[in-house]
Amino acid sequence: MIEIKDLHKSYKIGKNLLHVLKGININIEAGELVAIMGSSGSGKSTLLNILGMLDVADKGSYTLDKVPIKDLDETKAAKYRNKFLGFVFQSFNLINYKTALENVTLPLYYQKAGRKERHIKAMQYLEKVGLADWASHLPSELSGGQKQRIAIARALAAEPKVLLADEPTGALDSTTSYEVMQLIQEINDEGKTILVVTHEKDIAHMCKRIVQLKDGVIIEDTKINQVRASEYV
Amino acid sequence: MLLFSRDTWQEIFGSIRKNKARTIITVIGVLWGIFIYIVLSGAAKGLDNGFEEEFKDVAMNSMFAWAQQTSVPYAGFKTGRPIQLKLGDVRTLASRIPEIQYIAPRIVKGAFGGEAGNVVRGQRTGSYSIYGDFPVLSKIATQKIYVGGRFVNQGDIKEHRKVCVIGERTQKELFAKDEDPIGKFIQIDKVFFKVIGVKKYEEGGGFAEDDDITIPFSTYRKLYNTADNVGWLAIAAYDNVDVIKVEEDVKKILKSIHQIAPEDERAIGSFNLGEIFTKINGFAKGLTFLSLVVGIATIIAGVIGIGNILLISVKERTKELGVRRALGATPSEVRGQIILESVFLTLIAGIFGIVLGAFVLRGIDYVSQDADIPYTNPTVPIPYVLGALFLMVVLGTLIGLIPAQRAVSIKPIDALREE
Repeated sequence: MIEIKDLHKSYKIGKNLLHVLKGININIEAGELVAIMGSSGSGKSTLLNILGMLDVADKGSYTLDKVPIKDLDETKAAKYRNKFLGFVFQSFNLINYKTALENVTLPLYYQKAGRKERHIKAMQYLEKVGLADWASHLPSELSGGQKQRIAIARALAAEPKVLLADEPTGALDSTTSYEVMQLIQEINDEGKTILVVTHEKDIAHMCKRIVQLKDGVIIEDTKINQVRASEYV
Repeated sequence: MLLFSRDTWQEIFGSIRKNKARTIITVIGVLWGIFIYIVLSGAAKGLDNGFEEEFKDVAMNSMFAWAQQTSVPYAGFKTGRPIQLKLGDVRTLASRIPEIQYIAPRIVKGAFGGEAGNVVRGQRTGSYSIYGDFPVLSKIATQKIYVGGRFVNQGDIKEHRKVCVIGERTQKELFAKDEDPIGKFIQIDKVFFKVIGVKKYEEGGGFAEDDDITIPFSTYRKLYNTADNVGWLAIAAYDNVDVIKVEEDVKKILKSIHQIAPEDERAIGSFNLGEIFTKINGFAKGLTFLSLVVGIATIIAGVIGIGNILLISVKERTKELGVRRALGATPSEVRGQIILESVFLTLIAGIFGIVLGAFVLRGIDYVSQDADIPYTNPTVPIPYVLGALFLMVVLGTLIGLIPAQRAVSIKPIDALREE
C-alpha cells in the first residue's frame, strides 16, 4: 500500500540546515496497523506529514497504492488527500460551528458528493463510531473521546486507502484512549490500513507493527502480537 | 457551479453565523457607507429639484431692466439725473436686438414703496399693488389663472378696458367665500373694474405677492396719467441665446437712448435670471458631485473595513482552514469561499443601506413638505443605485482577494501544528 524509499527531509532554521529525515525506507502492506514511535524530534511527525502530503520530501520516492506521489501542487495534493487519506489529529480539529454530522460530511462535500449521499454516508459512519444520536450536536457539547470518534468517522467518510492518526490518544485519558484504540482496531479488522503516530508504549502495542524512529532513521521495525484494547475496557 | 450551489451558500452562512458580532460590525461599516451615499445624493437631487420648482414659472433666459439715477455727468447733464424708461424704448430694443423673443414693459403702483391702489368693494376695502401689464408678460413669466378666468389680452389693451386680474388673497379679502369673483366689479382708486381672472399664487416667483392686481397697461396709463412711462422691462431671449450678452446690449441701447454715459454702471439696473439660474444650477451640480465623491469614499472605507475584518477572521480560522485543506479543499475552493463571504456581506450591507437611506429620504421629504425650503422629491436615480451596488461587488471581490490569498498561503501543515 505504501512504499517509501530513501526519504530525506531537512528544514532551514535560521542559517542552519536541520536534517530531520535521513533516508527512510519502509513498506506497508494493505491492512496493516502500524505504530510509529519515537521521542520528540525523532522525525515521526515529519514522516507523517509527508505521508499525508501536507509536506514534501526533498529526496526519495513515495508510492501510495501504486500511484507515485510527486510533483504535487496544492490543488493536486488536496485532491489526493481527499481521495487517499483520512486524518485523525491529536486535538480532533473539528470545525466548532458545525454539528457532528456536518463535520463528518465535510470530506464528502469536497469530493463533490450529492447532499443526500453525503447525509446517508455520514450517518452510516456516525453509527459505526456509535454516535448517531449525537449527530446534531456541536463539538462543544461532546466529550474528548466523543470528539475523537467523530473525527475518526470524518476521516473514514471519504473512504480513504489509508488512515493517518497523529497522536490520536494524546489528549485523552487512558480509559477513553483505549476506547478510541478499540475503534481503530475494529476499523483495521475490516481491512483498513492505519498508521498511528504515538509515543505511548501501551497504545503502540495495540498495533500490529511498531516502527521506532530515532534522529531521522528507523532503528527498529518489528511485527508484534497485538494487544486488544477490549481487554482493558 | 460554485456560485449557485446550495452547499456553497450553506458554507458561507455557516461561517457568517459563527461570528455574529464580526458580521454585524462589518455589515454596519458598509451599510453606513451606502446609507450616506444614498442620503447625500438623494438630498442633493431634492435640492436640485427644489430649485427647478422655484424657477419653473419663469423663463430661464429672461432678464429685467429698470432705470435709476445717473452717476456720471454726460452730454451736458449733471450727475444724479433720474432716468425714466419710455414705451418707445421697447420698440427700439425689439428692433435693434434680434435675440429678444419677448419684451414686456411693466409698471406698478405700490410694490416698491409709494402709494398702493385703494380698492373698494361694497363694505370691504383694501390697498393693493396695482400692475399695468401687457399680455406678452405671460410668455415671460407664466401667469396661472384659475379656471373660468383669463389674463389681460390684446383687446383689453386696445380698448383700454377697465378689467383686472386679482390675486388669491385679494379675492379672499374682497369676496365672500363661495362667491365667484369673475364678472364682478371692484373699485380701484375710484374707478370700477371688472374682475376677469384670479391669479394663482406661486411661492418664490420673484417679488410677486398673492394680493397683486393686474390691469391692462393702456388702462393704467390713463388711470394714473403716466403717459409713456414704463416702470421696468421684462425681457426673454431665445432659448439658444446668451442672455448675458442680451443684457449688455439692452443696457447699452438704453444708455444711448437716454443719453447716459456708456461707463455709467448705476443709471440702468438689471437682473439676469439666466445667470442666477446657472449659478444655482452649478451649485446643485456641485452638491451632487460632492455627495457622489463623499458617498463613494465612505463606501470604499466600509469595504476596506470588510477586508480588514475578514483578514482577522482568516487568522482566527487558520486552523479551520487547515482542516478543510487536509480534508481535501483545494486552494481555489478556499479562496472562492472567502471572496464570496466578502461579496455577500458587502451586498447584504449595501441593500440594507439603500433601504434605510430611502426611508430617511422619505422622512426628510415629509418633514420639508411645509417648510420654506427649496426641496422637492429627493430621489436617487436607479443607475446611481445600481452603480453603487456594482461598485460594492467589485470592491468586495477585490478586498476579499487579500484575506483569500492569505488563507491560501497558510500551509495546512502550519495550520494544524500543535501549539
